[in-house]
Amino acid sequence: MALLEVRDLRVVFQRRGEQGFAAVDGVSFDVEPGQTVGLVGESGCGKSVTSLAIMRLLAKRGNKVSGSVSFEGSDLLKLSDREMRDRRGRDLGMVFQDPLSSLNPVIPIGLQITEVLERHRDMPRKKARIEATELLDKVGIPDPSRRLTEYPHQLSGGMRQRALIAIALACRPRLLIADEPTTALDVTIQAQILALLKDLVQDTGTALIMITHDLGVVAGLCDEVNVLYGGKIVERQERHSLFAEPRHPYTHGLLASIPRLDAGRGEKLVPIRGSVSDNIPWEDGCAFAPRCPNAVAACRESAPELVPERGGLLRCYNPVLPVVAAREGTR
Amino acid sequence: MNTLLNKKKEPIDKLAGASAGGRSLAAEAIRRMARSPVAIVGAVITALFVLLAIFAPLLAPKDPFARTMQDKVELGRGIIPGPMPGYPLGVDDFGRDFLSRLLVGAQQTLLVGVVATLIGVAIGMIIGVLAGAFGGWVDTVLMRFVDVLLSVPSLLLAISVAALFANPNQWTVIIAVSIVSVPIFARLLRGAMLAQRDADHVLAATSLGVKRHTVVLRHMLPNSVGPVIVQATLTLATSIIEAAALSFLGLGDPDPSRAEWGLMLGNAAQHFLDIRPELAYYPAIAIIIVALGFTLLGESMREALDPKNRR
Amino acid sequence: MLRFIVRRLLQAIPTLLILSILIFAWLRALPGGPAGALLGDKATPAKIADLNHVLGLDQPIFVQYFKFLGRVLTGDFGNSLSSTQPVLQEILDFMPATIELSISALIIAVGLGIPLGYLAARFRGGVLDNVTIILTLVGVAVPVFFLGYLLQNNLAAPLGLPSQGRLSTGLDATNITGFAVLDGIMTQEWDAVWDALRHLVLPAFTLATIPLAVITRITRASVLDVLNEDFIRTAKSKGLGEQTIRGRHVLRNALLPVATTIGLQTGLLLGGAVLTERVFNFRGLGYLLAEGIERKDFPRLQALILLGALVYVLVNMLVDVSYGLIDPRVRVR
Repeated sequence: MALLEVRDLRVVFQRRGEQGFAAVDGVSFDVEPGQTVGLVGESGCGKSVTSLAIMRLLAKRGNKVSGSVSFEGSDLLKLSDREMRDRRGRDLGMVFQDPLSSLNPVIPIGLQITEVLERHRDMPRKKARIEATELLDKVGIPDPSRRLTEYPHQLSGGMRQRALIAIALACRPRLLIADEPTTALDVTIQAQILALLKDLVQDTGTALIMITHDLGVVAGLCDEVNVLYGGKIVERQERHSLFAEPRHPYTHGLLASIPRLDAGRGEKLVPIRGSVSDNIPWEDGCAFAPRCPNAVAACRESAPELVPERGGLLRCYNPVLPVVAAREGTR
Repeated sequence: MNTLLNKKKEPIDKLAGASAGGRSLAAEAIRRMARSPVAIVGAVITALFVLLAIFAPLLAPKDPFARTMQDKVELGRGIIPGPMPGYPLGVDDFGRDFLSRLLVGAQQTLLVGVVATLIGVAIGMIIGVLAGAFGGWVDTVLMRFVDVLLSVPSLLLAISVAALFANPNQWTVIIAVSIVSVPIFARLLRGAMLAQRDADHVLAATSLGVKRHTVVLRHMLPNSVGPVIVQATLTLATSIIEAAALSFLGLGDPDPSRAEWGLMLGNAAQHFLDIRPELAYYPAIAIIIVALGFTLLGESMREALDPKNRR
Repeated sequence: MLRFIVRRLLQAIPTLLILSILIFAWLRALPGGPAGALLGDKATPAKIADLNHVLGLDQPIFVQYFKFLGRVLTGDFGNSLSSTQPVLQEILDFMPATIELSISALIIAVGLGIPLGYLAARFRGGVLDNVTIILTLVGVAVPVFFLGYLLQNNLAAPLGLPSQGRLSTGLDATNITGFAVLDGIMTQEWDAVWDALRHLVLPAFTLATIPLAVITRITRASVLDVLNEDFIRTAKSKGLGEQTIRGRHVLRNALLPVATTIGLQTGLLLGGAVLTERVFNFRGLGYLLAEGIERKDFPRLQALILLGALVYVLVNMLVDVSYGLIDPRVRVR
């Protein structure tokens, strides 16, 4: 049994008088203990909503969540509020995108760490302080004991994110979800934070769900990658296979659109044409079809299912095949 | 080159006011307000009040100034006749038809509110625009003056101004109340000017050689109109109430024949509450409803114009 | 920190100076001229000439102003036209009443306003929320003096509360500080304490109406804003308890703008007190002011308006300073 088993997760946002919108439309994936799984996609593909649904941090009203999220055997979606509160912080941790706005500006950093320790591990304040100092040290913050009494605005962006990671890992959760943890940071800091995350999860054996739109992040970190589009998973592959041979035209497009250093000056950049607003509903066919260079007639008639493919999964009627196979002619 | 010169003449602010969807800010705001029950209630009340004020003399069954039933009033014995044939709401302390006075009172009340607000807006705008557009020592001096005005609690300020006049009347009340709102509008306009000084459309106009006063009048002012309208609506409401307070304190019009709700309320509340409380209640309720109407309208306008609410 | 306070104090001084100039100008603009205004009915040409000399009206304006400033700073506001007592003495005598009333009103406004605003935000869209919104809107639309009369006429009798005054006549209460409640406690005259409190109820609720409405509204808006902040989501993701989140994360942030509002409303209380005390014949500074208006008692008016402005400026300054104390983002620089 995997650590986390998400089955057919569906999140429908409903506004008064308007049609429901399925931000997450039947997503299923597993996370094994100690594994790093990536959720990749553009803005609006549903990756953040998936993570919020797993943690049950979505607003109480305005949305409907269905499916199952089985964590160590129990379905998180069926737990009571109180039970879920016990799990959060202790068994599951989360790191968010903007470190400045994700921290309480009027209480010191130290308190924001010790309160988790006090809550879940029943530590007395003094002991929690010591532990907090060690945690800050572990995430690479210099002079940690002084930092305990400082406020978020006194720290740099990178340090704040480190602090958030320390907070998330304070009670040694078995699963950590990182939602675009480096997007708001400078590029140089990004690399540091990612390296930190990698080290930490390896040391502690924590499983990690890495949510990002940046394939570079995925390449360095994830064992398995899920590519999301329009609320559904369209390709799942082990890291190396994905980058070596992306089969789904969207994945392929994402990789091809990354500017390359070795491209000639005259070579044009290759974007994916169109935008998310061009999507057609999954009921009418493949959502990506309007933007897909590989689209065939079948794509506009019905949505493809997820089928096994090279040890992973693929949702496509007409995938991108490696040049060798194409030359042999496939239809 | 010619096309550039031609473009200079077009209000560049139209671009600034347009949303991404191509609709102007005003149209979108109105659309949003049309969906808000609060806005609708406020707008309806305001509209009814204005209509009443305009058509009151036609609607009033009797002459509001004619003391026709005066002989029936015996203040010494505590008698003011209530509803009777021809006088659905009874009469007031001078024997005048109460209903008619109430209806006509809308006129004077609206007058007080509107004039006081207009004066406040006019003076406040001049000060605020000058301060914000010119900056430097002009700004410092003007804003110090505004700060001082703001340092006196509003009612006390109104009292001070009203006390300056040897013969209090309706206009002294209006002026006193308007002075209270001057600093508010001054601050508002100054803020709007400052916010726009570095805005793209202003920089573009200036770099194209447009003269400063034109920039201010054509490009900066129109974008400040929104908050001013919102504040003006709210000020209308508070002006009416403050005028009523001044009348109550004795700084208002001593002429008892004028029909204005604040005046009627103050007079009745002080003297006739145990005889005929309706003489106070009805004007009060009228004031409350109207003040509410304007406040609802103003607040919903503020919500509608708030760029944060853009979809 | 100290530098911050000192800086704020220094910033207030020019404002107060200009205010004094304005009041000086105001005094000279009053009907009857400054001497005529200060003498009122008792003005005779001889007396006016005398006063003119005292006021230095035959001297250059600057001299007059500095004489005026000197008088203000030493507390010499002349004698009240109505009571012939020194205005300063009058103010000191009537001040405790208004302070008691103001404190009571503030307690009501803050004690009810903050919880109400919080609950309205917490259960947004619910019955309490909608009722609260309506109440806050109506609260500022009702003329204070009308509300006072309303309560006086309709609630006093049924609730057995006195409808006027500060203390019942015939009650033998010892007067030490002038604060009726405090004096009663100090002398252990519990009937006096009880009496004073009963007299405070209706006026305090009347005076509290507008601050209550504003504080409730600001609290609600502020809590709603904070509830949408990212760090609340972080707090939830940590699995913290309801109370911890509410106290440490929501309120400690949401109450910052509320504190400013409380300060602002405190400064405005004197204005409201004028109306409230007049209606209830509650003999405090507001009553003094209202009477002063009726009797055209300009020495008194001048002093009270200056006092009102002074209090307002000082309270706002205090609020600024306290913001530095409670918001660490302001504190550090």
